[in-house]
Amino acid sequence: MRRSRFPIAVTVLVMAFLYLPIVILVANSFNPARFSSRWEGFSLTWYARLFQSPEIWAAVKNTLIVAVSVTAVSVILGTAAAYALHRFGASRLQRVHYTLIYQPLVVPEILMGISLLMAFVAAGVPLGLFTIFLAHVTFCTSYVAMTVLGRLQDFDFSVIEAARDLGASPWQSTRKILIPMLTPGIVAGALLAFTLSVDDFVITFFVAGPGSTTLPLRIYSMIKYGAPPMINALSTLLLAVTLTAVILSRRLATRHANSVTHN
Amino acid sequence: MGSNILRRRRTEWLVTLPTLVWLSLFVVVPTLLVFVIAFRPANPYGGIGRGWTLDTIRALATPSYLLIAWRTLWISLLTTAICILLALPAGYTIARAPARWRNRLLLLVIIPFWTSFLVRVFAWKSLLHPDGPVKRALEALGLAGPETTLLYHPAAVVLVMVYTFLPFTILPIYAAAEKFDFRLVEAARDLGARPFQSFRRVFLPGIRTGLVTAVLVVFIPALGSYIIPDLVGGPSGEMLGNKIAQRVFTDRNLPHASALSAVLVLAVLAPLVAVLILQRKGKKSDIIMGEAP
Repeated sequence: MRRSRFPIAVTVLVMAFLYLPIVILVANSFNPARFSSRWEGFSLTWYARLFQSPEIWAAVKNTLIVAVSVTAVSVILGTAAAYALHRFGASRLQRVHYTLIYQPLVVPEILMGISLLMAFVAAGVPLGLFTIFLAHVTFCTSYVAMTVLGRLQDFDFSVIEAARDLGASPWQSTRKILIPMLTPGIVAGALLAFTLSVDDFVITFFVAGPGSTTLPLRIYSMIKYGAPPMINALSTLLLAVTLTAVILSRRLATRHANSVTHN
Repeated sequence: MGSNILRRRRTEWLVTLPTLVWLSLFVVVPTLLVFVIAFRPANPYGGIGRGWTLDTIRALATPSYLLIAWRTLWISLLTTAICILLALPAGYTIARAPARWRNRLLLLVIIPFWTSFLVRVFAWKSLLHPDGPVKRALEALGLAGPETTLLYHPAAVVLVMVYTFLPFTILPIYAAAEKFDFRLVEAARDLGARPFQSFRRVFLPGIRTGLVTAVLVVFIPALGSYIIPDLVGGPSGEMLGNKIAQRVFTDRNLPHASALSAVLVLAVLAPLVAVLILQRKGKKSDIIMGEAP
């Protein structure tokens, strides 16, 4: 029986639609023209300008400080939460817990930004890198919890019981069995938390203070108030970094999965 | 036995308490605060004043806000509709592709999700720029005159919103289509259904849950859109999110921003509650009709 070609045609168009803007952006980053409408030859001018900009480096530094600390804290919180949800899932406490964790994934970012801003203003917390950190941990924890929970669902808890029966202490069975088996999930969660923190604009915009400009905040003001060709270069670099991270993490995840099944 | 249960309870609280406390402090309390601050007066220093007032709530009933609310709603609905129309054939094609191709196609859909959101919006801003390639192409085809503006228009907002939300729509539809038994479609075709009929009467009901998820993951964040209308919408493309930001950053009127946010919270809750009620009803009718869940 002949299948309709229509869905395939739409899919091809959808892929073109998804990638065309990105391709043009990358091409324009190598175009020396100020108003990137005409190709004026290959050049690295905008990259050179980018590396000479002290504001960019200050923003990169802030972004990394926040992202690294956010990843560390949200991985611990999220993993503990995922464990609780999986192990005690049937209890009423865990149903409340799950609803709470789900909240940041559903609520539009602007609502989270504005409500956190209200809370910080009401509590008299000065806005800055610390408030950005608190806000990012809040949503990253939920993403880590969901990622690790996905892995836990394939985990066979009888292995831990067997270890306990053979004389392992609770701490030993956690450290030697549970954590190594969860590592791929935790790594995936950590990468997700890091990327989300580096990329977040809306929530950061609401809770940032003077001197706590992160990279997305800097990019936003560049888009809003000029300097477009430099953003093309910066965007291309960001694309390269995230693509490498995604490919690496996929490689790691599949290799881990293989080594776990082979053991 | 008793001490065992007690120990289990203690471990449960020990691993639950950190996130429970954190999320209560930074999600529950702030959300409640939004509703409280909406009834507080603003003070002249950009903070929250003393006492209580209903003035802010009354100020929301002006025609200009109704216009914004209406625009937020129709832009979100239109975006959702276009996303679903594009995602259905795409999700279907990926689910039916040979296994080797399926993973590659999925990766292609996911990659834009990993690239910076701001960067993607910026890419469209330069594409739609008066000197940009889209305008030139349209002019060459005779579809646009020199004074046609593509940017700063509600249509530009819908276009860029479809672009950013499309991957999120394809994924749940693909996930549902992958579990769908395509022999049912073939059976319908064998029994004389035309391709579109078998698609509408067999495939669509079969992926119902994925479809509901896809609608929610576009519609809810679309209602709260802020960056896209801000960067490509201009004054005629402003949405509720822009008004909230203006009240915070331009007017420094936090109670007013709170009142608008409270409206947005209720608007977001409405579709969620609707889906929950429909699902409950659907389950009951399934049981009555003797269908397997």
